[in-house]
Amino acid sequence: MAFVYPVLVFAGLAFAIGVGLALASRYFHVEGDPLADKVDALLPQTQCGQCGYPGCRPYANAVAGHEVAVNHCVPGGERTMLAIADIMGVEPQAIEEEATAPVVAHIREDECIGCTLCIKACPVDCIIGAPKQYHTIISDHCTGCTLCLEPCPVDCIDMVETPELLEHWSWPVPGTKRAIKAEKRKGKHDAQGELSV
Amino acid sequence: MFDLWEKIKQTLPMGTSAGFTGGVVHSNQHKRTAGQAIIACPLPELLIHPVKQHIGDPCEPMVEVGERVLKGQMIAKAQGYISVPVHASTSGTVEKIEEHTIPHPSGLGLTSIFIKPDGLDEVDESLHPLPNYRSVDAAELRERIRNAGIAGLGGAVFPTFVKLVKDQKNPIETVILNGIECEPWLTCDHQLMLEKAHEIISGMDIILHLVGAEKGIIAIEDNKPDAVEMMQKTLQEMGLNEHVQVQVLPTRYPQGGEKQLIQALTGKEVPAGQLPMHIGVLSTNVGTSKAIYDAVCLGEPLTERVITVSGDAAAKPSNMLVRLGTSMHFLLEQCGVSSFEDIKVMHGGPMMGELLSQDDVPVVKGSNGILAMQKRSIMRAHFDEEPCIRCGDCGDVCPAGLMPNLLASHCKENQFERAEDYNLFDCIECGACSYVCPAHIPLVHYFRYGKGQVAQIQREKAFAEESRIRSEKRDARLAKELAEKEEKRRIAREKKEARAKALAEKEAAEKAVVDKDSAEQASAEQTDKPEVKADDKPAEDKA
Ligand code: SF4
Ligand code: SF4
Ligand code: SF4
Ligand code: SF4
Ligand code: SF4
Repeated sequence: MAFVYPVLVFAGLAFAIGVGLALASRYFHVEGDPLADKVDALLPQTQCGQCGYPGCRPYANAVAGHEVAVNHCVPGGERTMLAIADIMGVEPQAIEEEATAPVVAHIREDECIGCTLCIKACPVDCIIGAPKQYHTIISDHCTGCTLCLEPCPVDCIDMVETPELLEHWSWPVPGTKRAIKAEKRKGKHDAQGELSV
Repeated sequence: MFDLWEKIKQTLPMGTSAGFTGGVVHSNQHKRTAGQAIIACPLPELLIHPVKQHIGDPCEPMVEVGERVLKGQMIAKAQGYISVPVHASTSGTVEKIEEHTIPHPSGLGLTSIFIKPDGLDEVDESLHPLPNYRSVDAAELRERIRNAGIAGLGGAVFPTFVKLVKDQKNPIETVILNGIECEPWLTCDHQLMLEKAHEIISGMDIILHLVGAEKGIIAIEDNKPDAVEMMQKTLQEMGLNEHVQVQVLPTRYPQGGEKQLIQALTGKEVPAGQLPMHIGVLSTNVGTSKAIYDAVCLGEPLTERVITVSGDAAAKPSNMLVRLGTSMHFLLEQCGVSSFEDIKVMHGGPMMGELLSQDDVPVVKGSNGILAMQKRSIMRAHFDEEPCIRCGDCGDVCPAGLMPNLLASHCKENQFERAEDYNLFDCIECGACSYVCPAHIPLVHYFRYGKGQVAQIQREKAFAEESRIRSEKRDARLAKELAEKEEKRRIAREKKEARAKALAEKEAAEKAVVDKDSAEQASAEQTDKPEVKADDKPAEDKA
């Protein structure tokens, strides 16, 4: 009968731990998917859909569920990709498309017919207008996602490059300028060499 | 435990006699303008006033094109709290208001007010002199200093009035007057101390009165014995030598850095991320102090400053009194620069100064030095970066106690988080590390790059967060609209169903009645039939 006690003890232990875990999973339950939240926090929130998902959050959910690779966000660029790869614990992958310079949309107001279609397309609600009135874009809030271009029936929306602001200017990396200049000098040097030959 | 540590500290010669660790010693041979009297720069043909010459928010122009302005008239008013106005530096007419390149390493432009001088130099007298400042209220003095457009003339151009507060929580105990001359080639502060000692000390007295401090220190490096003597003499003459002392510090760069100076004089270290006022200290540059005197006792706003013009391309290096807004090329021509083809203009001193683009730019409040450098001497300094040899010299000289070689490699590899862990933001960009690096690594440039990138990343993060909230709100709105529509549809459907049901019931009821009627009719048919037929017929005929 000596084997009865260990069996009882372990059965009791298993039961207690089971109850504990059940309670813990109930009381410490986190709403949503914390991993997806983390990925979402890294994404640039341009909401452009270039990743093939209807916005950043759906892409974050897909990445967190290992359904899709980490390199599909074009506006996020390499920095975002590396950060996502890091928290997902996967190998970094190259981004196929080149990220473009930051842009914002601008409506040529005198051509706008006030159809309100662009308003419906904008993922961040940054277009103001009313039926049959000129529409305009609050450029400070525009993410440059280009989603408003396509629905516009008279093609009066342009993407313009954001002007370089003095207070946002930052020093370039030291090597680049030097490298360019050195390249130039090298070109000159080579040209001189050719002449003298 | 801590007592023991303090004791050890006292017995060991910790740090250096300069009071802060690190630093480099420059020879005096580059001070080509030492001892040269300040010369007034002639009036140029055009004065250009950018609307922002301080750290903080840009000003708003308050004059119209074609308007006549007087010397000292406010032409752009302060916007926001950390902002000081801009004044015309001579009388004349406003020619235009448009963007013009400013002295900034980016070479970008800023709205500027162009004034065509009329040569009369007529003065605007709206600020009346307050020679008895000791009887004037602190708030009024502070407002005056703000309206006179005074910002730190040592080069940092932080609006001075912001620092001049009488705070109950952090009372200012010590006011430090910085006569160190922060950069090795510059001599403008030195010369100013020799020529305007009385004004400088009066300015300091105004500050002492304003913040309610008792003790003042004038800090001067030991390579300027004449300035020390001059200051001591003037203090005695003014009867202030009890409150204010002159302290002589060994010559060592960057002794003039605010935090380094405070540490050297008071032994207190300004904690990272805090301001000197948190430890009860206030420091100002001697030039700023003179500007405060001018603003309060003479009623003159800040319209001119002393600048050291030097550099290996300047044949006649000088200390010049220059109107703000004067073209730098015009100023350099006065100092013997004839062609701008092969030179680069540096704004500030040789250690911390910034190379400017080729365009001509105006002199601003922060211009303490202007150096005309031969292009080749700059190229030599900037084009021979070699791999780090781990000599550790950069760490030895860093006054902020950082490890520049590690920081630079993190910045190079865009590992900004790591750089931040190694206290990138404690770097005061003094340039001492780049100066001593035997591998000619432009270390401080990497730190500026890194700091800029960190700021950029933070801005992007904030924008992404804002966009996320906007997008979530939109999704919520759409969902709500959809739900409302759904709800309306449901209600409509229910109503319809209810109506249909009611109708059906009514019909059923009618049918029942009809059935009953027809049953009754059926029973009564035999008797009624001929009558009904007779009724129907005429109706059919009508139709
Ligand atoms: S590509 Fe990037 S920014 Fe665009 S929707 Fe997808 S995750 Fe968002
Ligand atoms: S305005 Fe156009 S480009 Fe800008 S966020 Fe809205 S839809 Fe995108
Ligand atoms: S879609 Fe084009 S035309 Fe229609 S409101 Fe927008 S900008 Fe105007
Ligand atoms: S530039 Fe920065 S890192 Fe280099 S010595 Fe000065 S404070 Fe230290
Ligand atoms: S001084 Fe230059 S070479 Fe020496 S450790 Fe520092 S970065 Fe490297």
